[in-house]
Amino acid sequence: MGFFEEVTLLTKFTFRFFRELFKPRYEFNEFVRQSYLIGYKSFPLVAITGLILGLVMTIQSRPTLAEFGAVSWLPAMVSVSIVRELGPTIFALIFAGKVGSGIGAELASMKVTEQIDAMEVSGMNPYKYIVVTRVLATTLMLPLLVILGDAISLYGAYIAVNLKGSVSFHLFFLQVFKSLDFSDVFPAFIKTFFFGFAIGLISCFKGYNSTNGTEGVGVAANTSVVLGSLSVFIIDMIAVQITSMLY
Amino acid sequence: METVAEITHLRKSFGTNHVLNDINLKINKGENLVVLGKSGSGKSVLIKCLVGLIEPDEGEIFLFGENIAGLKTGKLNILRKKVGFLFQSAALYDSMSVRENLEFPLRDLKAKPREETDALVIEALQNVGLESAIDKMPSELSGGMRKRVGLARTLILKPEIILYDEPTTGLDPITSREISQLILNMQKKYNTASIIITHDIECARITANRVIIIKEGIVLAEGTFKEISESKDEWIRSFFN
Repeated sequence: MGFFEEVTLLTKFTFRFFRELFKPRYEFNEFVRQSYLIGYKSFPLVAITGLILGLVMTIQSRPTLAEFGAVSWLPAMVSVSIVRELGPTIFALIFAGKVGSGIGAELASMKVTEQIDAMEVSGMNPYKYIVVTRVLATTLMLPLLVILGDAISLYGAYIAVNLKGSVSFHLFFLQVFKSLDFSDVFPAFIKTFFFGFAIGLISCFKGYNSTNGTEGVGVAANTSVVLGSLSVFIIDMIAVQITSMLY
Repeated sequence: METVAEITHLRKSFGTNHVLNDINLKINKGENLVVLGKSGSGKSVLIKCLVGLIEPDEGEIFLFGENIAGLKTGKLNILRKKVGFLFQSAALYDSMSVRENLEFPLRDLKAKPREETDALVIEALQNVGLESAIDKMPSELSGGMRKRVGLARTLILKPEIILYDEPTTGLDPITSREISQLILNMQKKYNTASIIITHDIECARITANRVIIIKEGIVLAEGTFKEISESKDEWIRSFFN
């Protein structure tokens, strides 16, 4: 499939999502099931990554700040870095790897084994049942995971600060919240909805339209991750531009 | 006899590969029509066109007297509920148990009490002799059991036409015979019309009221199983040897 043909199909696929989203019947049970699989099941991975991110960021930043006698700025610097940029981007990339590949492979194998056709011939709407619920779940679950991941990262930073010093939990988080503005938290939170939407939509698109049998399953999983991750960076770049214009 | 589906001058190509060239076909209520032909001769494409999964290039398809070309999805879906489709792989939903697989096609019907839904599921599973598998996942079933559950799911909406895409492929001779017998039983019990795509001559012998042979995209021969199996055409006879 050529580049422009694929972009056209993806655009149609996106419009169809919004068309189907507001039309009954609403697949609430499937949405809840997908939210559980996509959100809850991804939490351990995000938690471990978050803890390590906070630890590493703090340990790596300390020597540089120490050179300028600014170790006391460590909580502020780490929290701004994590909440503004690193947290959303890294958790979204992890999410694209875990959830994006899973959705891509699952939908592609449903296509290969004619499960999507089976839904269609039984008079159901497979797009609504399969795609809308998954895209909605990724859109709403990623922001929650990022909030939790950020919190765990900051806790990791608190542990790292105390490896070579002694800062109370209260003081650490007082400095963290003092250093964070609305303009740090809000745009970072909003962009995660777009990350989740893009990851869900792209992986559903690649899986739903996969071809070439079982070989297509691998291709769908792979391209879901690659394009999902790429979309995270592109959206991030746009979000940074918009944020810098507004604030 | 009442015609439930009719295909006229159906043509379908994939690139330069002309799969169906000029297919004309009628299927009557309560009749089992077996379609024989070499692999790649367009048998599966034919039944996928019939339910609107594949759009034909030319020709008309009438289901219960309605031309499906240009029908809106909603209207087409109403017609589709009267047509059952048993896929070659059974196409069971992997993430659902047998019970959920069978309940799935019932979701769009008017809200039924739990007991009524359960009764329909049990009845469908009894028809295929698999009540005990109700809480199993598809991955726990053998090939033959999957086909039976697929058939039960197809039957749950009590369709007027059932399309079978190679129902016995990949099964041992005993299970194949059981599936063929099931197809026959369903025809007798519910008076459904069926189109059975198969390479299995034993299945064709057991189930067919009428047989057609497709070659190079056209209907080469048509008749009862006996007439076709005794054909003077060597190519047709080669199917039965």
